[in-house]
Amino acid sequence: MKLQINIGKRLGSFSLNMEATVSGERIGIFGASGSGKTTLVHAISGLTAPDSGEITLDGACLFSSRKGVNLAPEKRRIAIVFQHARLFPHLGVKANLLFGYRRCRPEHRKIRPESIIKVLNLEHLQGRGVGNLSGGEKQRVALGRAVLANPRLLVMDEPLSALDDSLRFQIIPYLRSVSEKFGIPYLFISHSLTEMQLMADNVLVVADGNITGVSTPDELARTGMARSPRGYLNLLRLGSAISHDGLFHYPWGDGTFIVSDGRTNGDSLFELSSRDIILFKKHPEAVSARNMLECRVAEMFDSDGRKGVVLESRGQRLVAEIVHSAAVELGINPGSTVFAAIKASAFRRLD
Amino acid sequence: MNLSPQDITAIGLSMKIAVTATILSLPIGFATAWLMVFRNFRGKVLLEVLVNLPLTLPPVVIGYLLLLFFGKNGWGGSLLKSAGISFIFTWKAAVVASATVGFPLLVRSIRLGMESIDRQLLQASRSLGAPWYDTLATVVLPLSFRGMVAGSSLMFARSLGEFGATIIVAGNIPGVTQTIPLAIYDYASSPTGTAMALSLCAVSVALSVVILLLHEVIGNKLEHRNDA
Repeated sequence: MKLQINIGKRLGSFSLNMEATVSGERIGIFGASGSGKTTLVHAISGLTAPDSGEITLDGACLFSSRKGVNLAPEKRRIAIVFQHARLFPHLGVKANLLFGYRRCRPEHRKIRPESIIKVLNLEHLQGRGVGNLSGGEKQRVALGRAVLANPRLLVMDEPLSALDDSLRFQIIPYLRSVSEKFGIPYLFISHSLTEMQLMADNVLVVADGNITGVSTPDELARTGMARSPRGYLNLLRLGSAISHDGLFHYPWGDGTFIVSDGRTNGDSLFELSSRDIILFKKHPEAVSARNMLECRVAEMFDSDGRKGVVLESRGQRLVAEIVHSAAVELGINPGSTVFAAIKASAFRRLD
Repeated sequence: MNLSPQDITAIGLSMKIAVTATILSLPIGFATAWLMVFRNFRGKVLLEVLVNLPLTLPPVVIGYLLLLFFGKNGWGGSLLKSAGISFIFTWKAAVVASATVGFPLLVRSIRLGMESIDRQLLQASRSLGAPWYDTLATVVLPLSFRGMVAGSSLMFARSLGEFGATIIVAGNIPGVTQTIPLAIYDYASSPTGTAMALSLCAVSVALSVVILLLHEVIGNKLEHRNDA
C-alpha cells in the first residue's frame, strides 16, 4: 500500500497541515491525544473533508481540492475499527458482521464470513445480541465486521484504548493475523509506543497538527528512551517454559531467562525495561539477580545523554540503558562482551 | 353510560382523523427531524421556528390561517379546486388541522431520539459501504424508532383532543366532521346534555389511558429488544 497525503484543514483555532508519503502493509500513526491523528484518518477515510490538498491511495485519488475530487466514504473501501467497537445496537452479532459484506460488490468479496468467524473465534457469539458482549468480544466483532467489508485499507483508530491491559494484548494477535491472513494493509492509530512496536513497521509521527516524520517503532523507542519514565521497553515473546522451584525458565539466545510470573502452556509476551538490566564487565560470581547472561554488544546509541546498549545473544536482541560515564568506565564498545544481570521479577507478563 | 349513534360516529371519526393525521405526518416528521439533526444548511433556524410555531400559536389562529390558505381564494384552495377536491368543512380538513397542531410534538420526540444516536455509528455505516440513504434507512430509522413511537402517541393524543383549529376549518357538522371534543362542546351548550357529555368524557379518558399504556408497552418491548 502506498499512501500520499498533503492536506490542510482549519478547525477553529487549531490548524492541521499534514504532508507525508508512506508505503508498507502495517503503518502506525503515533501521537499524543489531540495531536490530530483522528482528523487525519477521518480525512483519509472520507468522514471529514480537508480544506485543501490531495490524498492518494495506491495511485487512486481519494481527495483533491484542485481537481474537485472528494470520494464519498462508502466508495473509498476503507473500513474503520473504532476505539469503542461501535456495533449497531439494533442488530445482532451476525447482522453486524455482515453489514459491510452485504454492501460489498461481488467482485470484491474475497474474504468469506465463515473464514473470518473462525479466525476471530466468533462461532459461539453469532446468535447473540450485541448488548451483552464483553469489551474484547465487541472489539473482535467490530474487527470482523470491518474486514468482511473487504476493504482495501483497514483503519484501526485506537482499537485497544478502551480495553484493559491483559485483554489488549490478547486482541493484538487477532489484529495482526487478520491483516496478514487476508492481505489487508492497515493504519494503526495509537498513543502507546508498546502498541506501535507490536503492530507497526513504519510510523507516521503526528504532533500539533503536523506529521513530524516517518520513523520505525524501534527508532521511536530508542529516541524516547531517556525521556520515557520506564526507559526502552524490550518486548519479548517467550515460549516453551519449564517450571522449576516456582520460577519459569524460558530459553533465550544462548541461555535461559528465569522469570517469576510465567506459564508453561503456550507463548507469553513479556515487557522488560532497559533500566532493569545491569551490565557487568566480568562475571560477578554471586549475585541475587536470577539471570546472568553473557552477551555481545551489537551496537550502541545515544538518547539524550544516556547510552542504549544493544545486547545480542544468538540472534536475539535486548536493549539495556546505562549512563555515559558507566559506558566509559566499563569500556563498553560495540563488539565487546558483557554480562547482563536481570531480576526474575523484572519481566512483566503482558498477556 | 349511554352513547347515541351520533356519538359513536363522532368517536369513529375522531379515531379516523387522529390515525390518518399521525400516519401522514410520520414520514414528514421523520424527514424534518433528520434535516434538523444531521444536516447543516442556511435557514435551519427558520425551519425550527416554523416547525415549532403551532406549539405556541393559539389553535384558533392556526385554524384561521388554514382556512385562509385552503379557502376559495387561497393558494391551496384553488389548487385543490382545480384537482376537483372539496376540502374545507370535510374530515380531510380536520386531518390537516390535527396534523398541523400535532406536528411539533412529533418532530420534537423523533429529534430527541435521533440526537441520542452515536455519530460514530453513522460513520461506521458509511465506511462499511452504505451510502447516506442506506444509512438513513438501516441505521437512523431503526434507532429512531422509539422516538417515533413516543412522537406518534403524543401526536395521536393531541389529535384526539384537537378543537380550536378543527372547528374553524372543518366546522362542527354531526356525522361529517364532528369529533369527540366538538360533540362534547355541543352537549355542554345544551341544558340537557350533561349526562351525554360525561359519557363522551369517559370515552376520552379511556382512549387516552389506552394510548399511554400502549406507548409504555411498546417502549418497554423496544428496550428489551435492544438488551437482547
